[in-house]
Amino acid sequence: MNMALTNEIIKTRLADKFGDELKGWEEPYGLLTFFSDKNLNLKVLQFLYDDPELKFRFMTDLCAVHYPLNAGAELAVVYHLHNLVDNIRIRYKIFTDINKPDVFSASALYSAANWMERETYDFYGVNFIGHPNLKRILNVDEMDYFPLRKEYPLEDQMRTDKDDEMFGRT
Amino acid sequence: MPRPVQYNIHNKPLEIPIAVGDAPDGYTGVGFFASKLSDVVGLARKNSIWPLPFATSCCGIEFMALMGSHYDLARFGSERVSFSPRQCDLLMVMGTIAKKMAPIVKQVYLQMAEPRWVLAMGACASSGGIFDTYSVLQGIDQVIPVDVYVPGCPPRPEAVLDGFMKIQELVGKEDLRRRDSDRYKDLMKSYGIQ
Amino acid sequence: MSEHVTLPEGSLEKQTTTLNLGPTHPATHGVFQNIIELDGERIVGADQTVGYIHRAFEKIAEFRPLYQITPLTDRLNYCSSPINNMGWHITCERLLGVKTPKRVDYLRIIVMELARISDHLICNSIVGVDSGAYTGFLYVMQYRELIYEIYEEVCGSRLTTNIGRIGGFERNFTDVAFQKLEKFIKEWPAVLEEFNNLFVRNRIFMDRTIGVGPISAERALNYGFTGPNLRAAGVDYDVRVHTPYSSYEDFDFTIPIGNTGDCSDRFLVRDQEMWQSLHLIKEAYKKVQEFKGSEADVFHADVPAYYLPDKKDVYTKMEALIYHFKIIMGEIEMPSGEIYSAVEGANGELGFYLITNGGRAPYRLHFRRPCFIYYQAYSELTKGGMLSDAIITMSSLNLIAGELDA
Repeated sequence: MNMALTNEIIKTRLADKFGDELKGWEEPYGLLTFFSDKNLNLKVLQFLYDDPELKFRFMTDLCAVHYPLNAGAELAVVYHLHNLVDNIRIRYKIFTDINKPDVFSASALYSAANWMERETYDFYGVNFIGHPNLKRILNVDEMDYFPLRKEYPLEDQMRTDKDDEMFGRT
Repeated sequence: MPRPVQYNIHNKPLEIPIAVGDAPDGYTGVGFFASKLSDVVGLARKNSIWPLPFATSCCGIEFMALMGSHYDLARFGSERVSFSPRQCDLLMVMGTIAKKMAPIVKQVYLQMAEPRWVLAMGACASSGGIFDTYSVLQGIDQVIPVDVYVPGCPPRPEAVLDGFMKIQELVGKEDLRRRDSDRYKDLMKSYGIQ
Repeated sequence: MSEHVTLPEGSLEKQTTTLNLGPTHPATHGVFQNIIELDGERIVGADQTVGYIHRAFEKIAEFRPLYQITPLTDRLNYCSSPINNMGWHITCERLLGVKTPKRVDYLRIIVMELARISDHLICNSIVGVDSGAYTGFLYVMQYRELIYEIYEEVCGSRLTTNIGRIGGFERNFTDVAFQKLEKFIKEWPAVLEEFNNLFVRNRIFMDRTIGVGPISAERALNYGFTGPNLRAAGVDYDVRVHTPYSSYEDFDFTIPIGNTGDCSDRFLVRDQEMWQSLHLIKEAYKKVQEFKGSEADVFHADVPAYYLPDKKDVYTKMEALIYHFKIIMGEIEMPSGEIYSAVEGANGELGFYLITNGGRAPYRLHFRRPCFIYYQAYSELTKGGMLSDAIITMSSLNLIAGELDA
């Protein structure tokens, strides 16, 4: 039984492999967080998966966040990975330009990523390159915008049933 | 260990005598009873409503309780919950209807034979409820006509029973020619149903 | 596709049949659509469509203060709303650095484990219905009311409970609630025993479930399975043990696991978990009873800045009125940060990924919905099996449409 995996060990191990490519090391609420260039995402994920010490073989979650003010890197794709053997989680982010939201798909590595990437595409329009079936999953196919982006309102703007004045929205 | 069984050993005197349904108005004589056909049809219809549960979310779980032994909808003549729209009289829409689902609700409604009634159970089916969002239909009355709305999120089974009895009332009193009237046809036309 | 049949060009006969199962099909519990390719009765391919009850929770959450998101969580997995409520409260408490008293933790465990029982109960009885045994369902639905009555006594609602607040409960458990809990603890074992007798060694049920819809541990992990479905495949991952919350570390309990990951194992794992939950409820109730005097009145953490004060106090006490105003009007300092916090939901790891930027509403809130993640394995689980097995596989996965589509 080797020593339990800690955030420091993970950080050292990743820094040894990728050097300065991985940036923004943080530990908010104890969860090791970092980001890298978006083109590196598959290399980093593959390394985290394959490395005999790190063994991050469980994808807990994948989602996107929209930062409209972050020019050139408006969309963040966030991966939450879990090493079930040592019971430790990490958070890995990549940022992409909203005008060219091309990101490599992790669905070949983690089957779980398949639908989560489709959902992320549906909500934010992140174009996952290499995804086997990238189409809308929750919304109707005819939808022509990505509803969770910050510029779109919550309510349906086409509806006529609710009187805005009565609801105090004028 | 067997389950403790409870018997109802305390006899409770009847407060009102048990009646076999409400008999319609009419003339009774020796060996005959004359009444309006519509009343008899209404009586038969209202006590044998076959519901089609169109359960999408939370309300569906309360519907399970309603159908279960505790609340028992079968007491009201709805023993047979049919999942085929062709055989049903009452469409019970329970739960949020997303826009993606709206054409399907309408399709199911169209597949039902006349006369048909619709009960919207819960806030979502009635008005969209707390989900005033881009993806949720703001009430099923945008796509199909509704007879009874049961508010609540979700309504208690008792509330649904009450709504069901309201439906029974409507069914029992309905004019046999209502579905041929111009007013009804206009209503259908307003929903794009011929 | 069967290779040995060669049909003439332009033949109307198809070698396989396409069957559209759902979204309103009675055998799909919830609104899912499965387009199944059949060769005879054998499934050669399945394609799932979801989203028929997409309600945009994540978008709504960006417009609601933290305490108003609790009602949304109710409607995720509505069979076990209290777990979702607690999961959300715990996430907020971790974000805000609120430490809850032990008594609150134990009360939460009681409520959460009750929810787990009612959720597993629905799932298992539906598996029964799909294998042709309606009796079990009707029988346990009657006794599920015992659990709902406890909820009602605690929070006033049956299904979408909205139990608790950030920092604890909105009111203390009444004596009646404890009496109802005692009644439940007393009557439940016999009910569950009888339910087991109907199924576990029932020849028909065994034939219908053993070896049906299996998944290996490797595939299950790769697919992101969690909860009873992962444990049925033989991996003893349970958030309650791996990342304890709400003082689960104070209790000693077993995590049942299966080994083949088939429908039967999933059924049995859930069944055993119900017994474990009952054990946890008993232990937690014992610990709750140990609090005497003023300690027995503790039902929330002392964090006036985040815990909504009692309405009675708002009308009579100045301080309560001020905090009430501050919380409702969003005058409370909110930390900015990001946190991922998970609880063991009834059907897997229910995670909340919350990003705040100091505003009163989350900047982004993402729900890790276990159903959504493992439903994608459905086509792999059913491929090669019979059509009727696909139905059982679906119900034994415990798919809740509300959670799946968010």
